[in-house]
Amino acid sequence: MLLQQLINGIALGSTYALIALGYTMVYGIIALINFAHGEIFMVGAFVGLLMVGVFKFNIFLAMVCAMIFCMVLGVVIEFVAYRPLRKSSRLSALISAIGVSIFLSSLALMVFGANAKGFPDQAFSSRQIHIGDADISTLQLLIIGVSAALMIGLEFIVRKTRIGKAMRATSEDYNTAALMGVNVNFVISFTFALGSALAAAGGVLVGMLFNAVSFNMGLMAGLKAFAAAVLGGIGSIPGAMLGGLLLGVTEVFGVAIGYSSYRDAIAFAILVLVLLVRPTGLLGRKVLTKV
Amino acid sequence: MLHGLVNSIDPYFLQILVNIGIGIILALGLNIITGLTGQLSLGHAAFMSVGAFTGALLTLKTGAPFCLNLLLSGLFTAAVAALIGWPILRLTGDYLAICTLGFAEIVKVVFLNMEITNKALGLTVPSPRSAVPMPVIVLMVAILAIAASTFIQNSRFGRALKAIRDDEIAAASMGINIARYKVQSFAVSAFMAGVGGCLYAHFLGYINPSDFGFLKSIDMLSMIVLGGLGSIPGAVLGASILSAAPEFLRFMSQYRMLVYGALLVFLMVFRPNGLLGGVNVTALVLRKLGVRPHGAARKQEEKQ
Amino acid sequence: MTALLRLDNVTIRFGGLVAVNGVNLDVEKGEILALIGPNGAGKSTIFNLITGIYPPTEGGISFNGKSIAGLPPYVIAGGGIGRTFQNIRLFNELTVLENVLIGAHTRGRWGLTGALLKLLPAVRKEEGRLLKWASHCLSQVDLAHKAFDRAGNLPYGEQRRLEIARALAIEPALLLLDEPAAGMNPQEKRTLLEMVRTIRAAGVTVFLVEHDMKFVMGLSDRIAVLDYGVKIAEGRPEEVRANPAVIEAYLGKGATH
Repeated sequence: MLLQQLINGIALGSTYALIALGYTMVYGIIALINFAHGEIFMVGAFVGLLMVGVFKFNIFLAMVCAMIFCMVLGVVIEFVAYRPLRKSSRLSALISAIGVSIFLSSLALMVFGANAKGFPDQAFSSRQIHIGDADISTLQLLIIGVSAALMIGLEFIVRKTRIGKAMRATSEDYNTAALMGVNVNFVISFTFALGSALAAAGGVLVGMLFNAVSFNMGLMAGLKAFAAAVLGGIGSIPGAMLGGLLLGVTEVFGVAIGYSSYRDAIAFAILVLVLLVRPTGLLGRKVLTKV
Repeated sequence: MLHGLVNSIDPYFLQILVNIGIGIILALGLNIITGLTGQLSLGHAAFMSVGAFTGALLTLKTGAPFCLNLLLSGLFTAAVAALIGWPILRLTGDYLAICTLGFAEIVKVVFLNMEITNKALGLTVPSPRSAVPMPVIVLMVAILAIAASTFIQNSRFGRALKAIRDDEIAAASMGINIARYKVQSFAVSAFMAGVGGCLYAHFLGYINPSDFGFLKSIDMLSMIVLGGLGSIPGAVLGASILSAAPEFLRFMSQYRMLVYGALLVFLMVFRPNGLLGGVNVTALVLRKLGVRPHGAARKQEEKQ
Repeated sequence: MTALLRLDNVTIRFGGLVAVNGVNLDVEKGEILALIGPNGAGKSTIFNLITGIYPPTEGGISFNGKSIAGLPPYVIAGGGIGRTFQNIRLFNELTVLENVLIGAHTRGRWGLTGALLKLLPAVRKEEGRLLKWASHCLSQVDLAHKAFDRAGNLPYGEQRRLEIARALAIEPALLLLDEPAAGMNPQEKRTLLEMVRTIRAAGVTVFLVEHDMKFVMGLSDRIAVLDYGVKIAEGRPEEVRANPAVIEAYLGKGATH
């Protein structure tokens, strides 16, 4: 029973981690909570659904399509709604992000209607595998596997490539990086693209996990993923991964011990608690401002 | 006599007016914590919810006179805000915003699961016990809200709030107890949200915890952003436009949120001050009316 | 002891960096004391320690004989210490007069109740009194004619003067000026010099940080020198100027003027 819940938690948590990574990277680099990030996750799910349902792509191809589409979407959003506000107050950028979020979810509502849509059965036929006294479905394995692969890929990009170094430099000190010749605009766009790609993948995976894709899945998932990012330490990539997994496991266990109607509130309770008790999260670091 | 007057107005039009009135009260409330004090609250609908349910339960269980009901709902909501404000308002900017959002969601989920709020079924609210008809009460409260906001704006208290908004460290260095003023500002805002919620509950006749979610908080935020953060005439204008618009654009109702979203982005990028932010409306109006201001006000006028 | 402000072996560490290291310093009542030193020596940090923005890691700070280390900034300000900032921190969106009125915050009492009961005679009386005091402070820095301008629109030199007016509105016993002459032309500096002398004559003790040597030499009663967070000299201007340690600290570090 414990093992089963743990497996369920890790599968769910991996998806939260995928989304949380986008939040944390963007916050680390331009100190903005990209409120629209959850909607990118939602759009990714819909694109994946369309690819499988209409074009009969297999799930991996559909995921790649969703990722590419959302990469572009993320870059466009940054360009239109955030870049003009880089010199403005944080409040303005945050409100703009909220605006984008509302716009996207309303658009999805208009285009796809209010009802949740499910993935067709042939998308990925899932079997149960027996481990000990728990079942793990091949879908869950897929989710964990894909998430892990993407996260390893991200770590590689961030740690071992030039663009990754540029990303790290820009998030440490925006102005100095610019003075050192880093094309800051490109780095920021790239960061958005990466984060959006991960969120899109998460969207497709979650869509299959719950077999439901709807216009309002973005808000809730986004907020929970943000809670995960804060839990792990906003700005820290390993933190986002850790936070996502912890949140997923906590949520699943919370439901299992009987708080299912408070399911969504669990993430928020964690969020509020972390913010009040240890705002830098588990792996984040405290930054002092010069007076 | 008042009843006669109220009944003579077309009910559809009356409904719009009352919506505008309640919108004004809510917008002005949010304006105090977000526009004046600079603390973004993304969960203000939760306070509206607390006020709505408190008022509804007071009417249902006690049949108290409406004016007392309003006052108690407001005070209770303010007390709740003061309580959660103390720990929460230590947070800055983005974190505070998200925290208020999280808190609002928690409130919603809790109300959806509580016996006393009738869980997901919501509450039907009977007509309030009042000699004065509802629309007149709404009008009076809206006027009071405008007066209170104006008084606050130009007082020692309001100046402290504006200082906190502009530069917290400098404000503290001038002797302002940041934590205390933030909490007080939060409580006043919540009071107005609670009163607005109570009015809303009794006017609509039915409330459900799901009515007071994130989108409702954004509704309120859009009003003051559209009108101009920190501006009282702005809040009134923004509330009026956004409360009335859905009615006039009823055929476009599904576009409403789409427009809100695009509007927020558009405003922030092209006109972050909103419609009336940074505009001295009283001076403008007086000038148009041909009234020349004297003394200090005149000096101020010449600087505009 | 006549020391108005006493720093007693004050140290502050930021992680591995020791910004201020075992500093002992007295500010005598009624004097003008200047704190100089190369960039990054820790001068502004000392001000931030005094005003409560950071608590010291070690050591004590006392004002008028009472310990103030670790107290929050608003309490210290209320106790009679006013300050200006190295990078001007005005309330840019507010008017010049409102800025000074906020400086006068501690001279008023009415809070939220006063705001709501604005028409009450007692409240109106207090507002009138605050307004008069703020206008007086503005006249002292010769900015009364710009009372209703937006603070952020003022030219640089006037912004610095406004910050001083705002700090004076606290009616402080001790005024901390953080690089008040920075970015000013010679004419403005002369005006500022006279202004500070007038302030001291009115009974305010002045403790300032400055880079402009001529300004400092002409104004201060005593000078203390900070280098790498350590006090390396203290005394009358002539003594300090001739001190070899001071000269060495500035040599090759781009000493100004």
